[in-house]
Amino acid sequence: MSNTLILLIVLGLGVFGFFAGRSRAMATVGGDRRLLHSLPNYYGANVALNTIVPAVIVLFTWSIVQPMVINGAVSGMINQDRIAEGSSLGLVMSDVRRVAEGLDVAVAQGVMTPDMASDIRAESSNVREQLAQVGVPLGSGVTSETLQAAQSYRAMAGTGNLLKTLVVLLVSAAGLALSWRLITRDYRARNVVEKGIMIVLIGAASIAILTTVGIVLSLIFNTYEFFKLYPVTDFFFGTNWSPSFSGRGQSSELGILPLLWGTLYISFIALLVAVPIGLFAAIYLSEYASKSVRAIAKPMLEVLAGIPTIVYGLFALLTVGPMLVEVFGDGGLLGVNWMSGGTAVMTAGLVMGMMLIPFVSSLSDDIINAVPQAMRDGSLGLGATHSETVRQVIIPAALPGIVGAILLAASRAIGETMIVVLGAGAAARLSLNPFDAMTTVTAKIVSQLTGDSDFSSPVALVAFALGITLFVVTLGLNIFALYIVRKYREQYE
Amino acid sequence: MTDAISDLPKGKPATGGHASLLSESPLMKKRNAAEARFKLYGVVAITVGLAFLIFLTVSILRNGIPAFTQTVVNVEFTLSQEEFDEAESKMLKTAAYTEIFVNNITAQFQERGLDVEFDAGTIERLLGKVGGDLRSFYRENPDQIGQPVGFELSTASRVERYLQGKLTRDMVVDGRFLEAADLDVVDAMVDAGIIGTAWDWNFITGTDTGVDNPGGAGIGASVIGSFFMMLVVLLLSLPIGVAASIYLEEFAPKNRFTDLIEVNISNLAAVPSIVFGILGLAVFIQFAHLPQSAPLVGGLVLTLMTLPTIVISTRASLKSVPPSIRDAALGVGASKMQSVFHHVLPLAMPGILTGTIIGLAQALGETAPLLLIGMVGYVAREYPDSLTSGLLDPNSAMPAQIYTWAARSDEAFFEKAWGGIIILLIFLLTMNIIAIILRRRFERRW
Repeated sequence: MSNTLILLIVLGLGVFGFFAGRSRAMATVGGDRRLLHSLPNYYGANVALNTIVPAVIVLFTWSIVQPMVINGAVSGMINQDRIAEGSSLGLVMSDVRRVAEGLDVAVAQGVMTPDMASDIRAESSNVREQLAQVGVPLGSGVTSETLQAAQSYRAMAGTGNLLKTLVVLLVSAAGLALSWRLITRDYRARNVVEKGIMIVLIGAASIAILTTVGIVLSLIFNTYEFFKLYPVTDFFFGTNWSPSFSGRGQSSELGILPLLWGTLYISFIALLVAVPIGLFAAIYLSEYASKSVRAIAKPMLEVLAGIPTIVYGLFALLTVGPMLVEVFGDGGLLGVNWMSGGTAVMTAGLVMGMMLIPFVSSLSDDIINAVPQAMRDGSLGLGATHSETVRQVIIPAALPGIVGAILLAASRAIGETMIVVLGAGAAARLSLNPFDAMTTVTAKIVSQLTGDSDFSSPVALVAFALGITLFVVTLGLNIFALYIVRKYREQYE
Repeated sequence: MTDAISDLPKGKPATGGHASLLSESPLMKKRNAAEARFKLYGVVAITVGLAFLIFLTVSILRNGIPAFTQTVVNVEFTLSQEEFDEAESKMLKTAAYTEIFVNNITAQFQERGLDVEFDAGTIERLLGKVGGDLRSFYRENPDQIGQPVGFELSTASRVERYLQGKLTRDMVVDGRFLEAADLDVVDAMVDAGIIGTAWDWNFITGTDTGVDNPGGAGIGASVIGSFFMMLVVLLLSLPIGVAASIYLEEFAPKNRFTDLIEVNISNLAAVPSIVFGILGLAVFIQFAHLPQSAPLVGGLVLTLMTLPTIVISTRASLKSVPPSIRDAALGVGASKMQSVFHHVLPLAMPGILTGTIIGLAQALGETAPLLLIGMVGYVAREYPDSLTSGLLDPNSAMPAQIYTWAARSDEAFFEKAWGGIIILLIFLLTMNIIAIILRRRFERRW
């Protein structure tokens, strides 16, 4: 039976359990609900929860564990020595799964009888042709070993599915019967149900932890695999990035330094654009602007933060890049030849700076507004002009918060992907010219993992090492920034 | 006191007495100028920021709007019964129709005194397979034979770019797609006034094409892909986010576990989106063997990304419900759980929905994680035909589709990418407006 069908049956049992539990509770008190400990619906809900939740948990665990167990058992059957040159156990196993699926399809379409599917031998019949008939193409001729493995795979999967159906339905029915029997007039149904809901709430809250754990584990495991294939020092201190796909990537040089340089250079230019503009905008909006100007300008600036990064990426690639080439390129307005293509550090940096303006301005605005009015009044009262007050009193008071805002913007810039993928170019190089194309950590993660890569060559696995570097750097910046902001807030609240 | 004052205006001690309040001392002049400059910097900063926004908007609109229209050739055409019978009796039926069409256009040109030579091949390069279109029209509508019928035939994308001035004669390399001589025919058609523009529905409802047919590419299938992703995000992140916020805001004791959750949520909100893509690739595809490019996987990854946003906004709106509501419910005998689910949650609902819509809008525009789970590069040629195929079959999503077009070498796709951005922004704008309206109408100030 398919999982969907099992799930539907379990849900149906749950609904039945709800009404059965409710009516049993009412029956125990002869229809007078005042005599019950809890409201009647809680008795029903208790039975329904006991019917559904354990069964669904069993169903999910079984569905995840069963393929692993079967894979392990079947791959044990395949003789390691018989795996052909240039192939691997994983490839053979995917062949096995394909054959097994093909046999299923063939049986479902009536091309083979179930007995035929489990008895045929590769020597006597051409499985490949029969499977092609039902639309399952197979690469190479099926060896008898693969076919046998596929047949036992099918057999085990069949038994497993039957067992799964039985166990899940049994668990569900048992939950229904037991909780139904427990109902008496004094049964504390509400407390039990509320405890169940509480567990669900805690589980939902723990997903945040699970996500972090998932990120960290998936990065660490694959990075570990990568460092088994590629020396750690060469990765962190190598100045050359030239992945080569020949020889399963063994001859590539994967030094992170050119990528880090590109990342930092682009982020630096972005901050050079965003920080002055954002900061002055925040000062003007919070200190000088009239209410109506503020009501229009602030949301308009914040629109810049709500625009998806793909839009900025396209803008960099197709509008800003060609414009910069017209100014700084060969035969351009300035008569210099600094820029050879539209994609460059400057292109990505400028556009990223645009995107970051609202990050700097909104946060700084909040922080400047949080500076107590008494400090402004004191400074103005001593005869300072408004700008002197801002420069000598407000900014120093708000400085930790502003630094925090800038750090948050920097972490955004370092982790930004689409703008650099489209706007910065693909060549990894250590250069000082901001009009050169360079590449970043995020852009290389994308290019190493896009496309059909198996996760066994260093060329693909390096993306995880890059990912963990990125994760650690941005996380460090964020924690530091939040720490500064929080510490500052405590002073004035 | 007097010492302090006499120290200050070092600029003009010579005049002896106090400077008049009505005249500006040089120092004051300097200070006021600095003040004006400072204020100007602020105005300039805001102007530059807004100028960026306007520049971006103009560039999107200018480049994207042509994607919604297509260049068409309007031809009025009368096919007599004899011509129809004759064409149907021929061996190459569509070729016969093309010939009739060519003769018709030539006649129109001659009427206007234009003299251009062209053949069926030219027509095919400019307008595609006209003969087939004509034939299928007349076979389906036999009653139209013998009557004048107006046809709108869409032109190839290169013709469109020539008319827009983006393709010039010296750029044309004779080939399978276009020959320089074909452009004479186009000029003649312009002179004859039979070329016009029409709204291109295919761009909105159509599916993506391969790399060699930019004119026929549409964004429809990827809109559906995005829709299924958002469905997954909504169905998962709203209940999980609300449940997590209720626990953290209403029940959680102050202990290490709660602190850990809080720290995790605030950090996840700041993790770069590409890292979520790596997580999705490693956990959902490498480990759990879910299908690549499937909206389900995209939805799961985006759910994890959206959760912190929803949790933060939900907690804010739960916090804004005054404690008196909870106290009143507890006072009449409700349990803590009942007070939260029956009273606090319904009152916080408008705020929660607003936060959810804004979170969904963010997720809708997110591209980087989709690159890693294989939604880019997949050519979304067909619509899903059921709910499961919508979730599990490979598809594209709007931002991924835009990226795919932007990464293609044929420049005609760039216009499609800009057009796709307009559609994406319309969706985002609508969602944000709905969120604002919800907030204005239902949010209560206590």
